[in-house]
Amino acid sequence: MKILVCIKQVPDMESKFKVDAGGTWYAKTDLAWRMNEYDEYAVEQAVQLKEQEKDGDLTVLCIGSEKVKETMKKALAMGCDRGAHITDEEVSGKEPYQIAGIIAEYAKDKNFDLIFTGMQSQDRGSAQVGILVAEMLGIPGITTVVRFAFKDGVVDVKRELEGGIKACVSVNAPAVITCQLGLNTPRYPTLPNIMKAKKKELLSTPVQELLKVEARQETAKMYFPEKKGGGLVLEGDAAALADQLIKILKEKTAVLS
Amino acid sequence: MKILLIAESREGKLLGSCYELMAFAEKMAAETAMVLVGSDSALPRFAGKLYLADATAVGEYNPDAHKQLILDVVAKEQADMVVFSHSSYGWDLAPRIAFAMKAAQISEVVDVVDGTMVVPVCNAKLRRDVTVKTAKTVVTLQAGAFGLAEEPTAAPTVEPIRVEAGGKVRFTGYEQAEIGGVDLGKAKIIVSAGRGIGKPENVAMIAALAKALGGEYGASRPVVDSEWVEHNRQVGTTGQTVAPKLYIACGISGAIQHLAGMKKSEFIVAVNTDKDAPIGDVADVLVVADLKQFVPLLTEKIQAL
Ligand SMILES: Cc1cc2nc3c(=O)[nH]c(=O)nc-3n(C[C@H](O)[C@H](O)[C@H](O)COP(=O)(O)OP(=O)(O)OC[C@H]3O[C@@H](n4cnc5c(N)ncnc54)[C@H](O)[C@@H]3O)c2cc1C
Repeated sequence: MKILVCIKQVPDMESKFKVDAGGTWYAKTDLAWRMNEYDEYAVEQAVQLKEQEKDGDLTVLCIGSEKVKETMKKALAMGCDRGAHITDEEVSGKEPYQIAGIIAEYAKDKNFDLIFTGMQSQDRGSAQVGILVAEMLGIPGITTVVRFAFKDGVVDVKRELEGGIKACVSVNAPAVITCQLGLNTPRYPTLPNIMKAKKKELLSTPVQELLKVEARQETAKMYFPEKKGGGLVLEGDAAALADQLIKILKEKTAVLS
Repeated sequence: MKILLIAESREGKLLGSCYELMAFAEKMAAETAMVLVGSDSALPRFAGKLYLADATAVGEYNPDAHKQLILDVVAKEQADMVVFSHSSYGWDLAPRIAFAMKAAQISEVVDVVDGTMVVPVCNAKLRRDVTVKTAKTVVTLQAGAFGLAEEPTAAPTVEPIRVEAGGKVRFTGYEQAEIGGVDLGKAKIIVSAGRGIGKPENVAMIAALAKALGGEYGASRPVVDSEWVEHNRQVGTTGQTVAPKLYIACGISGAIQHLAGMKKSEFIVAVNTDKDAPIGDVADVLVVADLKQFVPLLTEKIQAL
């Protein structure tokens, strides 16, 4: 069984962001980078499936500069067998249709039985790539999956809807599954597995070989939203802050009286 | 310009988000038509043409069939733009429609300024203006971003549509969220724990503050996903929607899906080490502090009152 999991490297969302000189993206300096949170669930599910299916073979794909290999190594240490790195210095400027186009072009002749992606990325948050890949490959795609099971070529999943209701859905492989938070408990790579991962295949392919589609949209401008609320910001010593807050709660709410 | 609005129905009920689609269309000053896979006993009020497919025949979740229904109407109406809510239904269908229409898709639009779509980036810390290069566009709207001043009163002109119910994806039914346990909706004071609490042992300090205030404790999703707190205490789009007199968010960044569940609270306090955390946008008071120090101190002082 052949499995593909697609991951993205994103900045830590607690970072202090700045807009870059071009004014259309955030500056990439002074940021801590990590695996997109949703993709951690995708990698874990793909690894679990590979472990379940004895003949499982799992490729992790990531598009980006040399730097994304760090994140790919984490996926390899979690249990992916090999890495397909698509070298692209300009990945942040690519819109979801192009990203999906690159992935579909990579996957088209490889007969993957299942393709996992995160349901969205934490930075762009477009939630498009997984389904676009499915459409491009002409196979079914299911989004927002919080439960996954696979048996005899049939995928049984639960999609999470608003309010915590789930839709129970099944589909025959091949298919694309986009993973939602809470799908599983992503494992921490162990030291021996981190060492083993260093020896795994990690091949780079220039993006030009796989990018066959044109951008359908672009970012005209990136900026900080105007601060809406005139909310009070309190800073300083913790004890003093507690006294200040109690005073405010007494004045502004009835909860302490 | 002609905009096709895609309304949603869930378990036989029309979702109110269809009025947000109408508000968006009003802002775009465009002609509209609407599609609904639902029931003729739960119709939106809408001054226009509603293409209605019967959900009991097609299935409420059937991406292949819904896609075909929508594409048929797109062709018939010569629509330039198709608009969904950015919901579990919308983000699942929109890319399929965009792909078939050779259209750009703009996800989670929060505003339209002089015709330019604005979307959030990085947990709403940043925004971007998007321009499209295609003739047609598919758009999904952030929940709650658009609202009508007044809901329409007119009844739509209904035109039934149908399609073969088949498709590759088999929908076998809904599983309800677990019920029972605490009812956060009744609590007048809620103190919520976010990922910033760091470890499960720290749930206790959040619960202690809630108790000192005579309230209940809640949590953001990662805390529930990690099984540190049970699901019926989760606040947000996939948990509970609450509006207590006081909501204290501890170590919660303020993702839109969390805000949707608590922003109507009467008074909001956020405790966060990150001064720029988006929770600050809805908080009446943002306390910039390490919750592990601040929360126990606050609890002590409140107990001493
Ligand atoms: C379809 C969908 C549905 C979702 N539904 C929900 C939902 O119902 N409810 C929900 O909550 N989320 C939901 N989410 C997830 C949501 O997008 C966020 O990922 C989540 O709300 C983040 O939780 P958080 O704020 O606790 O964690 P983070 O975003 O990781 O934020 C942690 C915060 O803690 C702060 N912090 C860290 N250490 C400390 C410290 N020592 N003291 C004080 N502050 C500290 C950090 O500065 C940061 O702001 C949903 C997502 C999707 C895609």
